[in-house]
Amino acid sequence: MNIVTALLKTSIGKKIIMALTGAVLIGFIIGHLVGNLQIFSDPEKINAYAHFLQGLGPALWLIRLFLLLCVGLHIWMAVLLWCENKKARSQSYTASHTIQASYASRTMKYSGFIVLAFILYHLAHFTVKATNPEYNEMMWTLADGTVVPDVHLMMVAGFSSLTVSLFYLISVGLLSFHLSHGFQSMFQSVGLRTETWGRALKVISIVLSLAYFAGNAVIPLSVLTGKVSRPDSSIEAVAESVSSHLNTPSG
Amino acid sequence: MKVKIKVWRQKNQESKGGFKVYDSPELNSNMSFLEMLDVINEDLTDQGEEPIAFDHDCREGICGTCSLVIDGKPHGPHQGVATCQTYMRSFEDGDIITVEPFRADPFPIIKDLVVNRKPFDKIIQAGGFVTVRTGSAPDANAIPISKEVADTAMDAAACIGCGACVAACKNASAMLFVGAKVSQLNGLPQGQAEKDNRVLNMVAAMDEAGFGNCTNQYECSAVCPKLITHDFISQLNRDFVAATVRKSFKSKPSTAKL
Ligand code: HEM
Ligand code: FES
Repeated sequence: MNIVTALLKTSIGKKIIMALTGAVLIGFIIGHLVGNLQIFSDPEKINAYAHFLQGLGPALWLIRLFLLLCVGLHIWMAVLLWCENKKARSQSYTASHTIQASYASRTMKYSGFIVLAFILYHLAHFTVKATNPEYNEMMWTLADGTVVPDVHLMMVAGFSSLTVSLFYLISVGLLSFHLSHGFQSMFQSVGLRTETWGRALKVISIVLSLAYFAGNAVIPLSVLTGKVSRPDSSIEAVAESVSSHLNTPSG
Repeated sequence: MKVKIKVWRQKNQESKGGFKVYDSPELNSNMSFLEMLDVINEDLTDQGEEPIAFDHDCREGICGTCSLVIDGKPHGPHQGVATCQTYMRSFEDGDIITVEPFRADPFPIIKDLVVNRKPFDKIIQAGGFVTVRTGSAPDANAIPISKEVADTAMDAAACIGCGACVAACKNASAMLFVGAKVSQLNGLPQGQAEKDNRVLNMVAAMDEAGFGNCTNQYECSAVCPKLITHDFISQLNRDFVAATVRKSFKSKPSTAKL
């Protein structure tokens, strides 16, 4: 049996795929959060950063494809494992009983699928801008004169809506919950957890998830409370430009 | 004391089972759980009803034959105790106790509370042994083994193969059993020669039997009557990774190509 069949065909192999893709996704979401925290600096900072990412060109697409592959494998394995597990006990117990399986560990598939729905909405919201076409009008002039998308303004405009902010808060909450089990679980899946440091791992896992949640939550909360804002004129300018587009037949 | 038991009755593998409730006669609280079932069975026999079938053998917690899921927990209310070592004093007078068989599709019900745990034998046959020359006994302590390695192997060897780990697992996974059986031999010098084949073959037999997949929730070790640690599951995963990588790259002897 070679490595590929071992990974895809055995129970342990599938779990290792879950763990490795999970690890990549954790790396990504932490990097993503650190990038987003630049919202607390001058708009120039995060806009230049977003422009740099866009400028990666083919490399950006390679990264996107790799992430898509990881998400795809993660979900595929989740569904496969779930089906196999259901099949392994077709008749369940009358008296249900749980001793030490955490609530997070028992709801991984639900938190996972809601996170998937969130990822799709998030991409439609900020990447494709399908939900909010007016974001296409938000532009920023960098110090060197280049005109780039105003990511900072998009975030401020997006999170000014209480509904959108709440949805983001709930979703990152669920993702953090997914991680509180997922992070420690992946060490066990690849055979690196032992009782010797298992307790420390549990603590690290929970602290990491809480920190991840706090880091994400502070962004919409700061916009909602006005801690991060933009002069009204920049938002109005976009509104005007959008309405003038809508009024001209060619636009 | 007296209790009521709500117990699973099923004629055979094909028939559909269901719960029946029976009143116990007056019990001595120092009776074991299985003795309680024995006296109920005597009553049933007297009334001309089929006695409740359940597995048991040593009744001293070492053979792994007894099973039962008592109020949702395999082997009853205590930690590190098998059903046969569970006593009626752990219950209250008048309790209604739910008794179900181990539920996992690889362990089909034979009758009432008796399930077929043959897949465990198949897993052992796939690699749970060390191939040695039989004959005169080797000298004791001829092979040096560190105390820590010997003790860890002993911890794994404490597994009595009852299947409670499968019964408790939310996914009916057999990883704790297989982890213990693989680690017991893979850690010892005598087990080295067959180490990689052992883990690959035993995992293949486990998958073949249709057990579920481990989701690292550790319900297994929590109900294990021998308190086998889920460190052995981690060890199993590690041995599996190492064996797969080695197998994929190692050059093979010419005889393997025949
Ligand atoms: C950025 C998003 C995600 C991250 C960072 C992530 C991370 C992880 C990690 C680290 C694990 C532990 C792997 C292991 O037990 O070895 C895991 C497990 C799991 N994930 Fe995700 N995940 C994400 C998205 C999803 C999505 C979209 C689904 C949807 C189906 C999902 C479903 C699951 C399930 C069902 C498990 C449990 C697997 C098991 O315990 O056997 N995850 N995830
Ligand atoms: S009957 Fe032997 S362990 Fe319970």
